[in-house]
Formats: sequence, C-alpha cells, structure tokens
Amino acid sequence: MTWKQVFTSSVGKKLVMGLTGIFLILFLMVHAGLNACIWAGDGGEMFNKGAHFMGNNWVPRILELGLFAGILLHIIQGFLLTVENRKKRTIGYEVSYNEGSKWYSRSMGLLGTLILLFLVLHLSHFWLPNRSNQGFLLGEEINLYKKMKLEFSVLWVVIVYVVGCISLGYHLAHGFQSAFRTLGVHNRRYNTMLISLGYGFAIIISLLFALMPVSFYLGWVE
Amino acid sequence: MEPYHMNLNLKVWRQKNCKTKGEFKLYRVENISSEMSFLEMFDVLNEQLIRDGDDPITFDHDCREGICGACSMYINGKPHGPWQANTTCQLHMRAFNDGDTVVVEPWRADAFPVIKDLMVDRTAFDRIIQAGGFISVNTGNAVDGNSLPIAKDTADTSFAAAMCIGCGACVAACKNSSAMLFLSAKVSHLALLPQGGPERKSRVINMVAQMDKEGFGACTNTGACEATCPKEISLTNIARLNKEYLFASITAGR
Ligand code: SF4
Ligand code: FES
Repeated sequence: MTWKQVFTSSVGKKLVMGLTGIFLILFLMVHAGLNACIWAGDGGEMFNKGAHFMGNNWVPRILELGLFAGILLHIIQGFLLTVENRKKRTIGYEVSYNEGSKWYSRSMGLLGTLILLFLVLHLSHFWLPNRSNQGFLLGEEINLYKKMKLEFSVLWVVIVYVVGCISLGYHLAHGFQSAFRTLGVHNRRYNTMLISLGYGFAIIISLLFALMPVSFYLGWVE
Repeated sequence: MEPYHMNLNLKVWRQKNCKTKGEFKLYRVENISSEMSFLEMFDVLNEQLIRDGDDPITFDHDCREGICGACSMYINGKPHGPWQANTTCQLHMRAFNDGDTVVVEPWRADAFPVIKDLMVDRTAFDRIIQAGGFISVNTGNAVDGNSLPIAKDTADTSFAAAMCIGCGACVAACKNSSAMLFLSAKVSHLALLPQGGPERKSRVINMVAQMDKEGFGACTNTGACEATCPKEISLTNIARLNKEYLFASITAGR
C-alpha cells in the first residue's frame, strides 16, 4: 500500500489529527509556561526576555513555521473530516442519541471553530503586530508585555479570551485522550491514566491561559 | 415484578423502498402485556394491520434470543431501546408504562439504506468481513485444542471481541455513522490469536479499505457505540485496531 492510501484512509486521517493534536498540546505547554512569566512580579522583565528569545532566535522562529504547518493541517483535516462525516447520514433521527457520549466529544468541530475564531483575534493582537514590526525577519520587537496590558484593559477582549480558553479546555478534554487512542494506546491501564491526565491538562491549561487576561484586567499584575 | 397491561402510542417510520420517501405513521396498540418482548408487541400490531387490510410493518428479526444480530430498531432515541447491553428482541415491554409514546426508527446511515420500513440493508458488513475477517486454512480434522497454548486473558479478550453479532447498532449510534466498533471487534478477535497471525497485516488494511469504500464515516472516539452495543464490545478494541493499522501500514511490504 502507498503512503497516500494510508493517509487518505479513515484511520490514516485520524492519525494525522492525533499526531498534529499531540504536537499542538506540546506547543501549548511551552506557550503557557513562557506566558506564566507575567506573574514573576517584575513588571514584565522576565516575560519580555522569554518573548525576545522566541522572537529573535532562528531556532524557535523555524519551529514556528512547523507550528503553523501543524495548525493548518489540524484545521483543514478537521474541517474535511467533519464535513465528510456529516454526509454519511442524509436522513437524521427524529429523536437523537445523546446519552452515550459527552457533548464536547460530539462537538469537536464546533469547539475547533470557536478556537479558530479566537485565534484570528489573538494573532492580530500580538503575533501580527510584532512580526510586522520585525519585518517578518529578526528585526526590533514590540514590548509584548505592554501590549498585553493595553489589549487586556478592554472588557470585551477579556471576555472573548476567556470564552476561547473554555472552548480550548473542552476541546482538550476530549482531544487529549482521543489522540492517544488514535495512536493505538489500547491497554486499559494506560487509557484510564490518559483520561485523567487529559482532564487535568485541559483544566490546568485553560485556567492558566484564562487567568492571563483576567490578571491584567483586574490589575493583579503591574 | 407483577405483570401489568398497557396501551401505547407508536410512532413508526414507514417507507415503501429505498427509492421512495418515508414518513412517520401513528399507531395505537392496546392491552399489551409487560411480559411480551418488543418484537411480540410489533407482531400484535402487524396482525392488527393485516386484519384492517393494511400493509404490515417490515422489520428484521431471526433468533429472537439476542444472538443473531438481525433485529435492528432505533427506539426512543437509542439503538435497541432503553436497556443496556440488550438487543431489540430481548427488550421487554416492562421497560414501558401505560400511555407511553414510543418512537421507532430504522438504523440511519447512508451505508445502511432502508429496504422497507424498519429493515435496512446491512450487506456492507458482509463485504467488510469478506475483505479479511477470516483465516485461510485447509479444512480437515479439528486440531487438538491443547496444541496451541494461548494465555487465558488473551483468549478472554479475544472472545469478548468475538461476541460482536454484527447488528450495526454501533453505526446507528455514531454521529459519524462509523463502523469502527464492529470492524475493531472483528480485527481484534483474530489479531489476538495465533491463528490470525499470518494474515494479520493484510486483514486490517483490506478491511479498513472496504469499510471506507462502503461509505461509513471516520471514528472520532465519542464512545456512543460502546454505550449502546448489545454485546458490550469495548472501545479499547478501536484503539487496538488503530495500532494494528498503524503497524501494518508502516511495515507491510509491496
Ligand atoms: S460492535 Fe456491538 S453494536 Fe456494533 S455490530 Fe457488533 S454487536 Fe452490534
Ligand atoms: S433477533 Fe436475533 S438478536 Fe434479536
């Protein structure tokens, strides 16, 4: 069988979702870790140092290209899967079957769309102004800490960010364990562990991210 | 439980054949015993329809003891009705109360087109099995069971997967109309045993290809299939199938 056959089969497509999903989970850890420096209590000095490394060094900048490729693949494949799967049942049920599965596991497409909308806003707040200031190369960066402070002084922005984080949390609550199942982890022992780990990760990550705009808005950080 | 009698309102999907559009029709059945099975209640209704000169409702059934997988009704929003680990034929009327309205629909999936009323065409499953759900052996005398040592828990896991009766409730329950639970049960039960070894890779590759060709959706691990499966086929079989497929696609020659 050819690689094309593998990756266009229903199982192969899910493999792509799982692999890119795990890659994005790793990215979230780095992102959350770095951003947590806003709570260092030093007026953003440590945070800006971290941001400087990520923005002004070729290694993370090249990895960033991989990140975009991963996100795009995850989005496009997810979109196609949702559309194709929906087409498999032309006539729906009068009474739908909802007890057997969690609502968020059935709503990955919707949650993903919410995250994507949030992402557009998020990139236009920070990534785009910063990179265009840099001339998309290694030029001078903007003060991202100040920029955060500015953006997160607006209530609706904070609300949109919190909603985005909640969507991310539910997306992860299903996505985390599902990704590992897709990669073939079938031992009950590991599955039970991965389910709890997934819930833990989803809660911690979404809470951490949501606390960032909230902290600025409520003046918890200077 | 004391037996009791009930009157029910039924809302049943009627459809002449796969080419015509179907619709729900309302029926009333009276004096139904709580000790009847759901299909016996349908027999009563059909006799009533025949007496009135109407077309009786077509539905699939065979063993009526929960082992063949023929019966297939989607009852009040759940394949095989409200009970857990249960087939339609083993659903008893004590699950309902006097005056209830019961909505009965066929399995809904484009890969399972309606033949008539509540009967759908599930030959797609047969073709998936034909693509690899067997072992190629020369038949002859049965070999001595003890000549092939198999660990007890491996045999148990394999047998648990082999419990699948091919009813298709997993497809009916899945929002993606995916046949992954069925396929994973069939692949798992052979992949776990030494007899399934020689054709392990080609089996999973060919069966997945056939499943896709039949027009079933892709699995997103929601777990709706496991929750409704009359034989309690575990979702872990799907993860095993993914592993088998990944391994086979990386290592298969050609
Ligand atoms: S896996 Fe369960 S629900 Fe699906 S066909 Fe087999 S017995 Fe029926
Ligand atoms: S009729 Fe055989 S399982 Fe229901």
